[in-house]
Amino acid sequence: MSSFWSWWIIVLTLGTLVGIAILLKWNMNNFTDVEEGESMGHEFDGIIELNNPLPTWWTVLFWLCLAWGLLYLILYPGLGNFKGLLGWQSSNQHVLSLEESQQAVIDAREAGLNIEYDRELARADAVYGPIFQQYASMDIEAIAEDRGALRIGQRLFLQNCAQCHGSDARGSLGFPNLTDGIFSWGGSAENIYTTLMEGRKAQMPAFLDQLGEQGITEVASYVLSLSGRSVDRDLARAGEQRFAVCAACHGQDGKGNIALGSPDLTNNVWLYGGSQRAVEETLRYGRNGVMPRWDEILGEDKVKILSGYVLSLSAEE
Amino acid sequence: MSTTLNQPVDYNLKVVKQFTVMTIIWGIVGMSLGVLIAAQLVWPALNFDIPYLTYSRLRPLHTNAVIFAFGTSALFATGYYVVQKTCQVRLFSDRLAAFTFWGWQAVIIGAVITLPMGITTTKEYAELEWPLSILIAIVWIAFIIVFFGTLAIRRTSHIYVANWFYGAFLIAVAMLHIGNNLAIPVSFTKSYSIYAGAVDAMMQWWYGHNAVGFLLTAGFLGMMYYFVPKQAERPVYSYRLSIVHFWALITIYIWAGPHHLHYTALPDWAQSVGMVMSVILFVPSWGGMINGIMTLSGAWHKLRTDPILRFLIVSLSFYGMSTFEGPMMAIKSVNALSHYTDWTIGHVHSGALGWVAMISIGAIYHLIPVLFERDRMYSVKLINTHFWLHTIGVVLYIVAMWISGVTQGLMWRAVNSDGTLTYSFVESLEASYPFYFVRFVGGLFVVAGMLIMGYNVWKTIRTNKLRSGEPLAAAEPA
Repeated sequence: MSSFWSWWIIVLTLGTLVGIAILLKWNMNNFTDVEEGESMGHEFDGIIELNNPLPTWWTVLFWLCLAWGLLYLILYPGLGNFKGLLGWQSSNQHVLSLEESQQAVIDAREAGLNIEYDRELARADAVYGPIFQQYASMDIEAIAEDRGALRIGQRLFLQNCAQCHGSDARGSLGFPNLTDGIFSWGGSAENIYTTLMEGRKAQMPAFLDQLGEQGITEVASYVLSLSGRSVDRDLARAGEQRFAVCAACHGQDGKGNIALGSPDLTNNVWLYGGSQRAVEETLRYGRNGVMPRWDEILGEDKVKILSGYVLSLSAEE
Repeated sequence: MSTTLNQPVDYNLKVVKQFTVMTIIWGIVGMSLGVLIAAQLVWPALNFDIPYLTYSRLRPLHTNAVIFAFGTSALFATGYYVVQKTCQVRLFSDRLAAFTFWGWQAVIIGAVITLPMGITTTKEYAELEWPLSILIAIVWIAFIIVFFGTLAIRRTSHIYVANWFYGAFLIAVAMLHIGNNLAIPVSFTKSYSIYAGAVDAMMQWWYGHNAVGFLLTAGFLGMMYYFVPKQAERPVYSYRLSIVHFWALITIYIWAGPHHLHYTALPDWAQSVGMVMSVILFVPSWGGMINGIMTLSGAWHKLRTDPILRFLIVSLSFYGMSTFEGPMMAIKSVNALSHYTDWTIGHVHSGALGWVAMISIGAIYHLIPVLFERDRMYSVKLINTHFWLHTIGVVLYIVAMWISGVTQGLMWRAVNSDGTLTYSFVESLEASYPFYFVRFVGGLFVVAGMLIMGYNVWKTIRTNKLRSGEPLAAAEPA
């Protein structure tokens, strides 16, 4: 902020406090020509006003609050550009991107700046880091059987994952169920860990232009028949002829490909709904699935514990 | 020295009567809406899957109805009454006063139509879209002209302290309303604020907190300064105290907005200044309470027999309590616990139901017999019943919200030994659930009291006989 605005704030703030102090001082003495406790001599619709002194306890309280306010503004940022004697700050100001923010955190730490959020993070890392580190050397499979680790994993899951996957991890439309052992990107410990660390982007292209409405209905019928659903046999047979375009990702047998994250179409599990209409919708306009990456938010140690927890969920079934 | 003149003045009581009656009606409507949305939080099915009845649309309707329909109508009624009585002169302009009545009712009807339709600026307490917000500004300026015009032609030498507060409230609300509502319209029902980002947030809470500070505090202190000494028939305790607390209150209040934005993108200096001023504000706020309650010294026994005085004095107690609570909640470290929880809702209602509603109700019980030329209200017993229903309702409400709010705050920040959060959000919601029911019950008490008030007022206006069978006096005894 420019020094003009800084001084503007300082003058207005201190001016207000000083003005209030003068007002209080002025009224502590009886400046009127009326004796204390007597009527001021005004009368309004039968109401008169007495000239009683200000209550002493109230006046003391006022002085204390004013003094405290001044002290606070000396210690903490408040008076324009003056940062306060304690150097306390609530945030990294002027930070516009994640990279900038990370750089600002590093710079601030090196400069020994007392920045609230960084300080809390650093303190949390110092206190809790070792708890997570003790699992760093364990295999994810072992973590999935360790009761202490699973308790931590469940809490991490409820705070970070439950928003999309549900607190019971059963997912919802568009968000995979993690308890059924079916993983489009692979269900091994390693696959799960990679999914969490790096995130995933799944793309089902739109096929309306290529297949036309009739083609969409036919392919949808065939896809449903792969899971043993009862469909119009003629439509399904016609769909099978067109399935070559799908096979590129989902395989000739429709069993999917974990390298591409393309789902198995034969298990009657439908991420975006399994009605004829929903499958047609998927084919017509495509789908974009996004799993965010957690490496920068949670860090390796926590992701490992979470991977173990997710692995344990699918093992239960 | 005073120059009170004794020749009778032909006051304009018509507009006062109109606003007084509408205060009661809008009070019943606004508080019933509050009970409905409180019930929706207990039984979500009560929105009947009708978009116009969803919580998100009825909640702003409830706040607008109680603040601008009920509270502000009470301020219009008492403001017009007090300024005439204490200036010993008729209103400056009858036609402008009538315009403010019909204009204000039009604003309220506009709110009742547009808010359930989902037409909103999304700014809290300033939700009405630009055509209505312009109408508010016009009506408000007319109110200012009538009020200050009446002050200008007064027949008393001094301006009574009640009018200082009404005057400050009128000017500040005009400034706040126009400042915060500056927007660029894109259609008849949609506009965009000229402010963006943190500046927008700051403008909004500069407005939002001072709507509380000037409309719901200064305005009602004006009401207090007339009706408390009048009903108690005692002199105002300290003239000098009223000078200090008036000037200190209006000077400091305008700074308090940033405490709504602690730990946000608002720069640290603004947060600090807002917090410091909010804490200091505690002292001048209590100045008003002291002056009101000390006015009763020597007349405490009247509380035993006069339920109207009881309304007025208990309202001052709630005022003292919430103006202590507010500054505490404005302290950053307390705010870290209380912000975004039900504690805030409880705080608002101890101010709105405890202070604003009770002082208004007391003032109206004082006014109705005077305006309609009756000896007294139809039933003093029913006023007493109303008093207890209201008090119990308010206490149930705020205690429920305190417990729920502090519980939420503690649950949200609780961490396990490994640094993970102990509770998920839904667990804190579950913990609040029983208190939402208690809040709903508290609201029922309050609305029941308002309905009794409506009945009592109706009977007072309608019957020309006392219950004992004696005819009511034809004219107000001077």
